[in-house]
Parts: sequence; C-alpha cells; structure tokens
Amino acid sequence: MSDLGPARGPEPMAKPAADEVPQPAGAAGPTAPTQADLPSQDGPLAFFAGARRRNPLMSLILQRLALSVALLFAVSLMIFGGVEALPGDFATTYLGQSATPQAVANIRKELGLDQPAPTRYFQWLGGALQGDFGTSWASRNSVSEQIGKRLGNSLFLAFFAAAISIPLAVGLGMLAVQFRDRFPDKIINVVSLAAISLPEFFVGYLLILFFAVNMGVATFPATVYDTMTIGQRLSAIALPTATLVLVVLAHMMRMTRAAILNVMSSAYVETAELKGLSGLRIIARHAAPNAVAPVINVIALNLAYLVVGVVVVEVVFVYPGMGQYMVDAVTVRDMPVVQACGLIFAAFYILLNMFADILAIVANPRLRHPR
Amino acid sequence: MAKNGNPANQDNNCPARANKGNRGMTDYTKYLTTQVSLGRMNRREFMGRAAAFGITLAVAGTMFETAARAQEPKRGGHLKLGLEGASATDSKDPAKNLSQFMFVTSRTWGDMLVETEPLTGQPIPALAESWEPSADAATWNFKIRKGVTFHDGKELTVDDVVKTLQRHTDEKSESGALGVMKSIKEIKADGDHLILVLTEGNADLPLLLTDYHLVIQPNGGFDDPDAMIGTGPYKVTSFEAGVRATFERNQDDWRTDRGYVDSVELIAMNDTTARIAALSSGQLHYINRVDPKTVDLLKRAPNVDILSTSGRGHYVFIMHCNTAPFDNNDVRLALKYAMDRETMLQKILGGYGKVGNDFPINETYALFSDDIEQRVYDPDKAAFHYKKSGHSGSILLRTSDVAFPGAVDAAVLYQESCKKAGINIEVKREPGDGYWANVWNAQPFSTSYWGGRATQDQMYSTAYLSNADWNDTRFFRPDFDKLLLEARSELDDAKRKEMYRTMAMMVRDEGGLILPMFNDFVNACTKQVKGYVHDIGNDMSNGYVATRVWLDS
Repeated sequence: MSDLGPARGPEPMAKPAADEVPQPAGAAGPTAPTQADLPSQDGPLAFFAGARRRNPLMSLILQRLALSVALLFAVSLMIFGGVEALPGDFATTYLGQSATPQAVANIRKELGLDQPAPTRYFQWLGGALQGDFGTSWASRNSVSEQIGKRLGNSLFLAFFAAAISIPLAVGLGMLAVQFRDRFPDKIINVVSLAAISLPEFFVGYLLILFFAVNMGVATFPATVYDTMTIGQRLSAIALPTATLVLVVLAHMMRMTRAAILNVMSSAYVETAELKGLSGLRIIARHAAPNAVAPVINVIALNLAYLVVGVVVVEVVFVYPGMGQYMVDAVTVRDMPVVQACGLIFAAFYILLNMFADILAIVANPRLRHPR
Repeated sequence: MAKNGNPANQDNNCPARANKGNRGMTDYTKYLTTQVSLGRMNRREFMGRAAAFGITLAVAGTMFETAARAQEPKRGGHLKLGLEGASATDSKDPAKNLSQFMFVTSRTWGDMLVETEPLTGQPIPALAESWEPSADAATWNFKIRKGVTFHDGKELTVDDVVKTLQRHTDEKSESGALGVMKSIKEIKADGDHLILVLTEGNADLPLLLTDYHLVIQPNGGFDDPDAMIGTGPYKVTSFEAGVRATFERNQDDWRTDRGYVDSVELIAMNDTTARIAALSSGQLHYINRVDPKTVDLLKRAPNVDILSTSGRGHYVFIMHCNTAPFDNNDVRLALKYAMDRETMLQKILGGYGKVGNDFPINETYALFSDDIEQRVYDPDKAAFHYKKSGHSGSILLRTSDVAFPGAVDAAVLYQESCKKAGINIEVKREPGDGYWANVWNAQPFSTSYWGGRATQDQMYSTAYLSNADWNDTRFFRPDFDKLLLEARSELDDAKRKEMYRTMAMMVRDEGGLILPMFNDFVNACTKQVKGYVHDIGNDMSNGYVATRVWLDS
C-alpha cells in the first residue's frame, strides 16, 4: 500500500461487495500515472471520515475488520443454535447406547448442561472474549492447544498445495491463451476438467492405488506427528498435496484463461501486437495485470477451500487436520471445540475474501482512484 | 463409535497358525494346544492331560510338536496397527474409554485384576494372584500380586487397587464400568488382600473385573486419571487423540509371556479403504473392521491373512412388548417367523457370522444349552400367527445406518421376507445423528446391535431384567427376573444351566427380540504377524492384540 497516493475525490469509493468485482477492461493500462493530491483541509471532521478521505483503502480495511467482528459474533450464535438444534446433547451422544441415566446426569451437572441455553452461550462468550476457548468436553484438554496443532497441520498442507497449484494454474492458463484452440490448450483443458470432475476422494484413492499400493513409492498413511523431521513430513503429505492440487487446479486455470482472453481482445493488446511484441510477453506483461482481479478472487476461494474444506481428503489420507477435528466434535456435540473451529474457519473465509478485494483494488487504478 | 460395543468373540482355532488345519479337534484338545502355544504347559503335562482325554501318545506328541513349534515367539520389531473407531474426542482416562481404539490402547498399557482365558472364557489371574469367595458368594477376597511396578517406578499396592475400584463406583463416577460395578457395596484392603462385599451373591464377580475400563492406576487415577501410567507390557510414549498412539516395551514387565515386539504404533484410520490400502501395501501389520463386502477382494492380496473370529455380538430387531401392536405375542411370533435368517447372514454379513435364535446367548457362553430348536424362516407359520393376532395394516420399522453396518439393507430384506407372509412392513430410515437417544430404546420397533457380555447373567441383567436401564424390548416378566436372581447365586452348575435354558425359552418365545444373526469380527493382518489369539472375550484378541503377537522376519 505504500505506493498509493492519497485519493483526490471527496467521496471515496463505496466498499465493493466481495462477489461483485469489476471486470477490468479497456484502454487504461496498469501503468496509469498516479496523481498527487493536496491534503484536504475540511476542518474537524470525525476521525473516521477523515481517514476515509485521506486513505480510502485503509478505511476500507478498517470497515471490513469491524464488520468481520460482527460477522464472527453472528457465526458463533449460529453455530451454537445449530448444535443446540441437533437431536441429543453432549451427554447422551457421547455415551451413546451405553448411557445410563446416572452417568448422563453426572456429565450434565459437571459441564453445566442443566442450565438454560442462553446462559450457557453467554458463559462461553464471556470466556471467548477473554481469549479463553475453554476445554474440550470430551477429552478435557485445552481447546486452543489442540487446535494449534491441528491448524498447523492444515496450514502446512494448504500452504504446499497452494504453493504448487497457484503458479501452475496461472502458468497453464497463460499457456492455454497463447495456444488457444490449439492442441496444448485442448490438452490442458481436458486434463484439468477431468481432474475437477472426479470427486476428491476418488482422486485420492487412485493416487494411493498407483503410488502406494502398486508402486510402493509413496508414504501412506499420511499421518504426521511431532517427532517427524521436515523431510518425513514432506514425504507424508506428497499424496494429499497432489490430490488437492488436482482438485483446485482447473478452477483457477480456467478463470485465468477466461480473464486473459477477455483482455486480449482489447485495442491496446492489438497495439502491442502491431509493435511486434511476442505473444507470451504480451500476455504476461500487458494482459495478465489487467486480468488479475477475477483470478485473485478465484484463488482466494480455493485457498479458503484448502484450509477449511478438505475434510474428505484428510479422512482418506488419515491426515490429522482441522476438518476431521471439527467433524469429530460435532458428532458428540462438543460445543467448545465446534465453536472454536467454526470461528477459525469463518475468520479464514472473511480474511481471504478481504485480501482478495484489497488486491483487486490495488491492481486496478480505476478502483484505487474512484471518482 | 457411538455405542459401547463390548463385542465378544470366539473362535475355536488354535492360536498357533500351524494348527489351522485341525478343525476336527475338540474344544478340549484345542484348549490344551493353546496352553502349550501360550507357554503355559510343558510337554509332560500336555501328554498327561491329552492321554487322560483319550488321545493316543503318537497323536498327542505330534500335536505338542506342532503347537510348540508355532509357539517360539520372536522378540523385537515395530508393530503398526491401523484401527477404526478413534476420534479427536477420545479421553485418555480409562474410565471414559468408549472407542475400539481406546480399548486396545488401555489394554496395551494397563492391567486389570483378572483376565479371561482366551478360549474358554474362564477367569484367570492377572494383578490379582488368586481369589476366594465366601460361601454365599457375596464377599470376595482377592490376593494382590507383589513385586509389580507401575511405569513410573512405584510399586503396586493394595491401596492402588482399592482406590481404582472406588473411582469407578463413587457417585460422581462417569465410568463406563459403572453398570457392572454397582453391585459392589464395599471395597477395602486387608493386608495385601482386597475384600469386596457385594449387595447380593454373584458367582461371576471375577469376570466382571475383567472389564476394560477397570485398569489399575497409581492411587486409582485420582491424582491424574489421564496419565496413562499402568503396569502393562508397554509404556505410552506419545498419544494424540484421534491421530496416533505410540508405545515402547516395558522392560520391567512382571510377565514374560507377552509384549514381544519392541514398540507399537496405533494409527487412527476411520476410512475402510485407507485401512485396506495401507495393509495391502505393507505399511501396516494389522487392521480392524474389515467390511464383509470387501473381504473377498482383500483375501486376494498375496501378503494378507483374514482373521475372522465369531463371537457374541449380535444384530437385533427390537419390539416393545408393552406397545400395540407388539403387545400381542402372536404379532411378535409372526414377525419372528418372518425373518429369513440365512439370507440375512449371507447378504448382510457375507457369511461372516452365525444365525441367531431370538435369544441373546450363543454357544460361546458358559452354561449354554445347545438343545434349543433353531427357529427358521416359515412364512406359513408367520401368516398363521399374524392372522390369529387380528392385526392389520402396515407395521413401522425404524432403522439407520448407525444401528449396525448394513442395517438399512437388512430392514429392506426383512420387508421382502415379511411380504411373503402377508405382513406389510414400512421401513423408515432415521438420521444416524441422535439415533441412540431418540429411536433406539424409545420407539416401539427399531434395529440395533448388542455387544456380548462376559456372562449370561450380565447379558440378561443388562437388557432383559424388568428394571434394567437398557430393557430395550420392554420385557417385563417378574418370573424371569426372579429366575435371573436365583441363577446368579446358584452354585450348582447343572441347576443353573437349566435355569438359563428356561430363561432363554422365555425370551425366545415370548420376548420382543428378533435376533437374525451373531456377527463375526473380521480383522486382517499381514503374513508377517504371528501368534494371533482368537479370543472369545472380545474383538481384536480381546484388545490384547498388540501384546500377544510377534513379527516374523
């Protein structure tokens, strides 16, 4: 953001909704000059309005952050309501068929489940506001501690999947544009569409069958634990990472291709061609920067999926991530764990979408300097 | 696992693989060879006992050699097991162990007072060296073993035992063993003996102490119930709920006939396909819960052995005897005759099981009467009783995938076999979530399963006594209750067996239980694993699988 000049207009742009990112098009190149501006001298306005004037991007971020907090509240309330609405409470579901009335009563009393729901929610909220997410009802371990480990595992896997899939998707998308409607484009399309069409567990099973069972070259199960070296960890996550890359690749690749193709039809690209620039150079240097906003949004969605939506892959590969942890907790209505996991997932979604919006604005001067 | 499966299993195979061919042997000779395999009997004793049983010396000699050769356990190696049933919510406190994963975990690091003999189910000494009941079987005196140390170096005392049992019985207890422990009135120490006073005489008390929750912990686990410090053959080196547990051999183990591998690793694997893939690729040595539908595929893997152990667990269709239309015994009989048990066994269990006879006991239990006629599928009789009952209209059967594997398919199969008898069953599929709280033991006709119990008494007391918490067939029969209590304190086995037979007939002919099949426990291992004991006590060699097997190089 350091390269941003202060905005000129009296009304900074309204916050764009996460899903209506404008399509960049037309003649405005990314190198449009940034105009310097005089600081506004409007007198003692409210701090926030002043901030909006001086730095619309910063004010947008602040607005978004404030909204996120409200959203997280709403999410926690919905999770609580949702778990309450499920049949059975923690005591009966945890004990299952082996529940005796006395054991159920003992557990309810110890955990305070005999109190009314609003009381329990506010008790939990009180703790959470002070940073105390409590202890898991089932295992009686600290939620934060357990989540720390699981979240670390999830992010580790997501990071490597993203680090491979994003450059690969963008690169393949550009290649597809360069060779559009020719053989390499078709191959890229067919393969990536086939990968996205197969359910992720099936992709996982195929990889296990070939690389673990038949060829015996891959590590399986992909369980990771504390005493592993980094090399062992990387070897363990090879197959799940490959699965995730195959699953998310096509979406990002196709969006890159479509967005760049959209820009390729514009006049300045024609100019570049007439100047005699090479195809790939036009794509990478002139077309791609203008196509970046929709691509960033798709990438953000896929990143969110990599963190919060991979429970099936975790189960298939026996990988101890957040998804499985939350599913286990929901199964027995372990409220503190469900709440903490739900909030973390929601926070990831909100933050990633916010970053996507901000990057889209930064990448587009017309959004950066709205009139 | 949502339900406290305490599935018992049994197999007459001798643990020694070399004896697998000897299917014709009687139970007794199998027992003898097992004793040899387990290193509990020398050649002289074996020959003497076998001769007394009428086996010629030559045959007995061969049998001893085979069993003994199979014995010779090798020490060393790292054993990896992939187990279904773990969850991130698993508690390390043995009192709260519910899942199959935790069952094996606590059996690996801990000891109970009493164990069961794998093939006969008789109580045998563990941390209790010997025991003596009073004449009325209401006061028991257990001699606690000396020279046993916990993993933290402290010596086991009677006080630890007393405290452990107290922790499982006090009012605030959340122990899974609360049900079996509630008949104990007083727990006290007397020198190095433990004295238990019961509310009423119970000849089966030692068997109740084999419950897997009752792991003896230092100071009874009052200081730190989650410490996983015990007296077992392996020490816990790491544990992450729902992920993995690792163990190293306890060098100071008080027993030498167990704990052959150097280290053990239990991996939580809830996905069936993942378990099978990991086993057939040789990354694991043992997996549990092989799906009967895929067992034939797994059999084709060259390096895999299927371990099928028949047992006491059973799948049931339960009717409330006090709710219309099931309050009419003719309706109940009609529904029992309309059950096609053989087809059910083949289709749902793939043949890995035994047909049931509408009472929850089979030949693996002591004092079982094998002369009770097998009920078979008979649409004519079903139609006769159904007509006689005067009931018309459809009957609602509630089921869910969590009731037992294949429960929904089983309900539809049952619907078909009932149709031939003119009975119209309406199958309603309920959500698995909350099934145990809202449908089972609440709705008048549903599907469910039961694990086995240590004794006939315990099975009947759990679910067929009028005031049992889990009387899921609403079977209210004062004469049955009276007989059950009488049998409990009856010391004459012949009389007791006759009493159990009468009770079985009551449940079979008048109860609300339709029991189409007893399920086998189907596990699998690689051919490298030796010495697997088919224990009649419970699944996975009664949870002792990691402590009993060894690895062939």
